[in-house]
Amino acid sequence: MNECLDKIIDNYLENEGNVLTILQDIEKYYGYISEDAVCRIARELDIHPSRFFGIASFYSQFHLKPRGKNIITICRGTPCHIKGSEKILGRMRMELDVSRDEETTEDQLFTLEEVNCVGACGISPVVAINGQVHGEMDINKMMREISKLRADN
Amino acid sequence: MRDKELIVKVCSGTGSVSAGGAEVLQAFENLGSSYGIETGFKNGCRTQKVGCRGFCSRDVLVDVILDGEKITYEGIKPDMVPRIFEEHIIQGRPVLEWVAGDEHKKFHSGQTKVVLSLCGEIDPEELDAYVAAGGYETSLKAYTQLSPEEIIEGIKRSNLRGRGGAGFPAGHKWEFARKTRSDKKYVICNGNESDPGAFADRCIMEGDPHSIIEGMMICARAIGADKGYIYVRDSYALAVKRLRRALEQCYEQGLLGKNLFDSGLDLDIRLYPAPGAFICGEATALLKVIEGKRAMPVPRMHRTAEKGLWERPTIVNNAETLANVPRIMSRGAEWFAGLGTETSGGTKVFSLTGKVKNTGLVEIPLGMTLREIIHDIGGGISNGKSFKAVQLGGPTGGCIPESFLDHQVDYESLALAGTIMGSGGMVVFDQDTCMVDTSKFFLEITQAESCGKCTPCRIGIRRMYEILDRITKGKGRLWDIELLEELGTHIRTTSLCGFGMTAPNPVLSTIRHFRDEYAVHIKDKKCPALVCKDLLSFSCIQENCTGCGMCKKVCPADAIRGIRKKPHKIDQQLCIKCGSCIDACKFGAIHIE
Repeated sequence: MNECLDKIIDNYLENEGNVLTILQDIEKYYGYISEDAVCRIARELDIHPSRFFGIASFYSQFHLKPRGKNIITICRGTPCHIKGSEKILGRMRMELDVSRDEETTEDQLFTLEEVNCVGACGISPVVAINGQVHGEMDINKMMREISKLRADN
Repeated sequence: MRDKELIVKVCSGTGSVSAGGAEVLQAFENLGSSYGIETGFKNGCRTQKVGCRGFCSRDVLVDVILDGEKITYEGIKPDMVPRIFEEHIIQGRPVLEWVAGDEHKKFHSGQTKVVLSLCGEIDPEELDAYVAAGGYETSLKAYTQLSPEEIIEGIKRSNLRGRGGAGFPAGHKWEFARKTRSDKKYVICNGNESDPGAFADRCIMEGDPHSIIEGMMICARAIGADKGYIYVRDSYALAVKRLRRALEQCYEQGLLGKNLFDSGLDLDIRLYPAPGAFICGEATALLKVIEGKRAMPVPRMHRTAEKGLWERPTIVNNAETLANVPRIMSRGAEWFAGLGTETSGGTKVFSLTGKVKNTGLVEIPLGMTLREIIHDIGGGISNGKSFKAVQLGGPTGGCIPESFLDHQVDYESLALAGTIMGSGGMVVFDQDTCMVDTSKFFLEITQAESCGKCTPCRIGIRRMYEILDRITKGKGRLWDIELLEELGTHIRTTSLCGFGMTAPNPVLSTIRHFRDEYAVHIKDKKCPALVCKDLLSFSCIQENCTGCGMCKKVCPADAIRGIRKKPHKIDQQLCIKCGSCIDACKFGAIHIE
């Protein structure tokens, strides 16, 4: 862990002291903003941890909790909305048994999240599964994808 | 094998990749090598990926060019490739049933491609391909033959206005930065593209990244900057990858770095993958992100062109604006100005989506009417439904009804109709769209994305959202419409930045054009478009129901009761109104009201 933190601090010093780069690196190495990592870097650089969390909580790129093995991102852009993305989202929440505030399943297998737009509006409604964009989705297709991922595990 | 020239172009934008574009390209390459055709950019024969060509609803699009004769195929899947290869490429007989039809022609015939002229034509990951198409000629000219004043004069004459939404004349902005004295100046490409429903910038960044870099080079030369940032949303993975590659190629070839074109001038451009927040598209907020802070806009005491990043003169231009610059420089300011209207030159790329037949990216000269875009290029409303409204400018834009369709599209006319050009999102609604629900949807986004700095925006939008929420739940009060109007007007006039000033737009414009629909929700507790869940009830039409049990199987709430082959019933207490039963029923036996 110390090696990672050293790299993160080096990158920060190269980038004219940009706190955001630290957070981006932590997210990259650990998959989320871990309190432990932030506190250790904060101590090292003598910057108050609140400055880090103030920034981390502002942007959607940063996650304050560990995320699941599979990330399901449902696009909630306007074209997707009018073509039924809310229905897909509602059904997925039921299927995976996650609430609006708690995005990750208990077994850490899935994280269900919303995104404002992935920019593939020509093929709405869109769902990204582990970064792979799937167009013209519906509940049936989604269910098939979920069972595939469950089987792979 | 054959000695004819052969080029196969496979669309490789995000939309196409999801439809299997990479596999299609791979299939062509594999077949090519099995037939002994050597492919590569330098050869006469090649297969190549190209950027998005706009017609995303018909992906994967493939061009086969044999001796200069181009045939476009649509809806191609990997397993269709061998037949195209065998019949068309080897035997010279195109596979007619897969050739793109009339809709494809109609979609493209009304368009004028300027910014998108290379998107879908060249390989975005090859610098050579861009150079072969005349790339970096204008930046060479800018650095070796033209003075900064001449460049700025040209951009001013072209009437190019900012494509990010506000429409500020680009030439004037550059002039402010030019005239401000400073030890350091910056040029920034804004590729945040926050608006859901807009993807023009993404396609340009993915399909023609070098045009943006060249535009930035020319801008840097004009204002005297030696540092640039390309600010791109991190969720645009493909755009980030292609821009990064394009920048690396430029550095390798000496197009960026020290002493550009032996002019003695330096330029360093870095990619800045943005951490993702709607507000980052606002220029002052964007600068805060690069400075490593929370993206909160600041009052504009100065222009960013005069005092921007780290208090230095900074040009923040939208990706589409910058991609226009090399075209203006090579074809002339007068040509560009002649394309548009008197007040705004050139073309604008719109992302035509929603309930139209042909969805995708369309580039039209400013001044075209909305009707031409939606009904001619877009092919009208899909599934035989009727047009209800079109929403322009993303979640902070407004909705326009049928009666305004003959208005021409330019900054001033759209403002008169109660909306904004924005970043070019154009979402078409049909009769099945509820305007109250749509406004609520937009406010759900804006209230969550408000940076929280100023009170009218932070609290005001939240209150408007709550009012809309109670209307859609059948708890609206008689004076709610007036209350929304009053609140909206106050937020508009008292917010700090452009976000707050435009956030009430969706509500105010839908009240203006669809007041009756709000009234029906409040007084009759009904949703005419059958969208607002709490105002609906689902029931089973006993005469139509065959008792097949499909609805029962899909119902996630176990709300459907009945014995096989006997009409079923829906338990109103348990029904969560998800609509799954309607999709499953083949006999039209589910009734909503």
